[in-house]
Amino acid sequence: MNRKEFLQTAGQLSLIPVVIGGQPIRAFGKTLSNTANTFTETDHVLVLIELNGGNDGLNTVIPLDQYSNLFKARENVLIDENKVLNLEGTEKTGLHPSMTKLQEMHKNGELQILQGVGYPNQNRSHFRSKDIWVTGSDSDENLNSGWIGRYLANEWPNYPEGFPNDNMKDPLAIQIGSVVSPVCQGISVNMGLAVSNPDYFYELLTDDDSTPNTRSGRELKFIRTVAHQSNEYAKVVNEASEKGSNKSELYDETESLAKQLKIVARLISGGLRTRVYTVTLGGFDTHANQIDASTGNEEGAHANLLNRVSEAIYAFQDDLKLLGLEDRVLGMTYSEFGRRIKSNASSGTDHGSAAPLFMFGKNVKGGILGENPQIADEVETGDGVEMEIDFRNIYSSVLKNWFCLPSSEVDSVMLQNFDSLDILEDTCQTGSVARALQKKSGDTWIYNYPNPFVESTTVKYASNGRHVRISVLDTQAREISVLVDEDKSEGEHTTILNASSMTPGVYYLQYQSEDVMQSRSVVKIR
Amino acid sequence: MSIQKTARTHAGINKYNGPWDDAAKLHLLRRTLFGATFRDLKYLENKNLSDAINEILDDSVSLPSPPLNYYQNDNNNDPNVPLGKTWVNDTFGGQFNSQRRNSWAWDWIGNCINQNFNIREKMTLFWHNHFATESSIFAYAYFGFEHTKLLRENCLGDFKGLVKKMTLDKAMLRYLNGEKNQAKAPDENYARELQELFTLGKGEQANYTESDIIEAAKVLTGWRINYKTGEVYFTESRHYDKNKVFSKFYNNYLLRAGSSQEDAEKEIDDLVNMIFAKKEVARFLVRRLYVWFIYYEIDETTEANFIEPLADIFFDNNFDIKLLMKTMLESEHFFDTANRACMIKSPLDYLAGFCRQFEIEFPRIEDDIENTYRMWGYIYYLSSILQQTIGNPPSVSGWPAYHQMPSFHELWINTDTLPKRVSYTEYLIWTGYNRGGFRLQADTIKIASKTSKPEDPNQLIQDLVKHLCPLDVSDEVKLDMKSILLSNQPLDSYWTEAWMNYIAEPTNETFKNTVESRLKLLFAYIIKQSEYQLS
Repeated sequence: MNRKEFLQTAGQLSLIPVVIGGQPIRAFGKTLSNTANTFTETDHVLVLIELNGGNDGLNTVIPLDQYSNLFKARENVLIDENKVLNLEGTEKTGLHPSMTKLQEMHKNGELQILQGVGYPNQNRSHFRSKDIWVTGSDSDENLNSGWIGRYLANEWPNYPEGFPNDNMKDPLAIQIGSVVSPVCQGISVNMGLAVSNPDYFYELLTDDDSTPNTRSGRELKFIRTVAHQSNEYAKVVNEASEKGSNKSELYDETESLAKQLKIVARLISGGLRTRVYTVTLGGFDTHANQIDASTGNEEGAHANLLNRVSEAIYAFQDDLKLLGLEDRVLGMTYSEFGRRIKSNASSGTDHGSAAPLFMFGKNVKGGILGENPQIADEVETGDGVEMEIDFRNIYSSVLKNWFCLPSSEVDSVMLQNFDSLDILEDTCQTGSVARALQKKSGDTWIYNYPNPFVESTTVKYASNGRHVRISVLDTQAREISVLVDEDKSEGEHTTILNASSMTPGVYYLQYQSEDVMQSRSVVKIR
Repeated sequence: MSIQKTARTHAGINKYNGPWDDAAKLHLLRRTLFGATFRDLKYLENKNLSDAINEILDDSVSLPSPPLNYYQNDNNNDPNVPLGKTWVNDTFGGQFNSQRRNSWAWDWIGNCINQNFNIREKMTLFWHNHFATESSIFAYAYFGFEHTKLLRENCLGDFKGLVKKMTLDKAMLRYLNGEKNQAKAPDENYARELQELFTLGKGEQANYTESDIIEAAKVLTGWRINYKTGEVYFTESRHYDKNKVFSKFYNNYLLRAGSSQEDAEKEIDDLVNMIFAKKEVARFLVRRLYVWFIYYEIDETTEANFIEPLADIFFDNNFDIKLLMKTMLESEHFFDTANRACMIKSPLDYLAGFCRQFEIEFPRIEDDIENTYRMWGYIYYLSSILQQTIGNPPSVSGWPAYHQMPSFHELWINTDTLPKRVSYTEYLIWTGYNRGGFRLQADTIKIASKTSKPEDPNQLIQDLVKHLCPLDVSDEVKLDMKSILLSNQPLDSYWTEAWMNYIAEPTNETFKNTVESRLKLLFAYIIKQSEYQLS
């Protein structure tokens, strides 16, 4: 039995010497009894599609019963009533004419439309509103972690200490692109891997490199080579890419979103157990000329964007079907806000409020959740669509009904209680201990029990014989108290977190020992 | 990889007369200081090349204050030295030696981070590698202190004089068994390294013989350390008091001996003078400095056009290190574009440079001395994991990166150390290192504020890349950087607006968070670029 297997199967708290940075240290495996609940193993995958810039929801999902007031408010950008695509089962709501493929998916029950998605006290700054969507914060709250980052940290609390390992060889999340997404930012580390091209890792090891033939070019090439050799995930991603395939003929190779989703399908089919993929399409900040008046309002920049979204999602879903993966994958679009009800004089629309959101896949319930927005007779310039569904209720639904988290853990990831919506088929099965093993995956430096707790909780931690600091942070990363801040002998130690003066909610235990950092969420209840 | 032929330079020791632009200034700063900061570059705004080099080589700047008692508490009650006072004048050795050794090594890290606009700390580290001694072997904190003091005081002085002093340096006497060297069985350890590692090297023209090592060992007999006082003394009866005869390489030099301490001191003088009569000593040291300050590869052209003329100057001017450094740093060879951005940062260059460039504030000694030292100790520890422990090089040859062919500096980087370099500095950007109520953390907003136009994302990125990456990154990478700052938005004005909001109301948490979260992502991205590893 190797060390990792031992860590995973250790029934009792065990001290196992490992080597980090040439210094002998000890880490310990978390006991099974600490995660005694039975959990569900899931192979579900979430694909997040960011429509960057703020999508004009009123021209995407069109409230036909409001058409006359819409006409008054935004005649210069409004789609001709007769050209709006019908949606199965309703006369009141239609789709932008460029989205025939989504129309078809809706008919097949593979598309779920959610109306008026946003949050209370809408902020209309791109940056701020993106931060709110990414972190799942309240409008007036500053969070430093992304909701996916918190979810992944909940599932693999030891990450990145001891990762990759036999229990989890694959990246937890993959961002298609060059830069990791803030949505994957955990409490102290980003849980995502940026992959611009899954074959990229090998390419750089060949001579196909642009470094100049100079002394500095030589050293740069050397460092790059080591960088790629030491990327522990490069090999698995590359292998998945080699092993995986695409079967759909429908992808438009010239479109960025289609290309990104094609990579995602290929990596999933290649066997990666990565939970979350994020892709992005920009250009939705349509302040001017969102339509092409010379050919008709149903054409132009916004129409092209929506068409790309529709075609790419359709091709992706087709691919998943052909690959036999449609049971496993759920997709979701989001955008930082909708746009103003009233259009401006440059045939565009300015930053607004709530907007519709799409979810797709075999396991969405389908149809439309929520009512059409009510457009007043007299619309003020500043008016946006009012919120009907809080986006965090959608996140909660995904966590609970797609990633199969128990309700208490959904709350601790979302940091508040948000009810689930009736949008997903029940595909969660119970009875597996796989998730308990997953929670122990990697090297545990700190854990606590019980959790959640009322009065106090016992904190167990390991030291490599150096300085250890353990602090308690609130969800906004403010330090509430310091439990340990001293040199600790090598081995296992215990301290008590007395929570009598803490208000109920989620907190983080942050462990720091010179070159090790690990955070763990803990929940104080009444 | 190192055998591949690359573009090289024919430039020699003529004074550089190319553009004295930011790129040239940053090159000079990176090689002579621990990383180039915005402040350093600004300082050079109205200085010409000569002024800049004179200032960097100014050896009249006072020495850093000696290491202090940071360790005083209920468990460690030093009866002789109060908290915050130096222990270097106290009784040598004693029960606090290990704490004092930390104090010495951590204080050294502090000196690197808090260095003046001066080459001294980088020279001191050069000499530390050159006269490598391991504190885990010489053991006494006081010896360490005296040793580094000797290095600092003489780092730009006269090389011959430094070697003479080094011969009776306590750390060295203990480390290379000089203290055990006696007439009846001479110990050759120091005598060998004196010639092989410290002065002549092993080049084709360093043809000293085994018998020269034996004879030199005899010269050095009789010196001991008093472990009550920590001082060096001489025992006549242990000194080999007969004449020593050297090989043909030294022109069969006859070194006249005596038995008194005065005679023995003169013998050391004669021995070192004999060695320093060899031009090869000058060549050897110039090559060592070349590997440290310019590049590790010395081809025939460089040997002929640069090493040899510099060795002439060094030899003809009584081994004046300052003059040698001035000539080297002012040269067209040093500034040749072929020699820029081709060093791989050592761990200390990487970490101390990071602390300086990223405006990391350390606790102040007057506020919390223990924490000040512990924070330096934290950097010391990280550097140690990255394979460079100050005060404790791996052997008498120093760190392999400065002598191990053919890889040299590349030895710093491997699949273990590179990800650690990135993750340590990433932690210092994202969460910081917390201890004793203090947080060591990169101040991303402060760095951005020092650029020429922080509200303009293009200028901000250009300034940061220029400062932090000695080799320009690709346009594609710059676009990625911009998309981080703009959260993928197409309009520059979104960043500008966010920055101006923050400037107008810096206490607004949301405004601050908006710019800071993006800057952190940006800086974390920059340090991941391979270009950031270069100097």
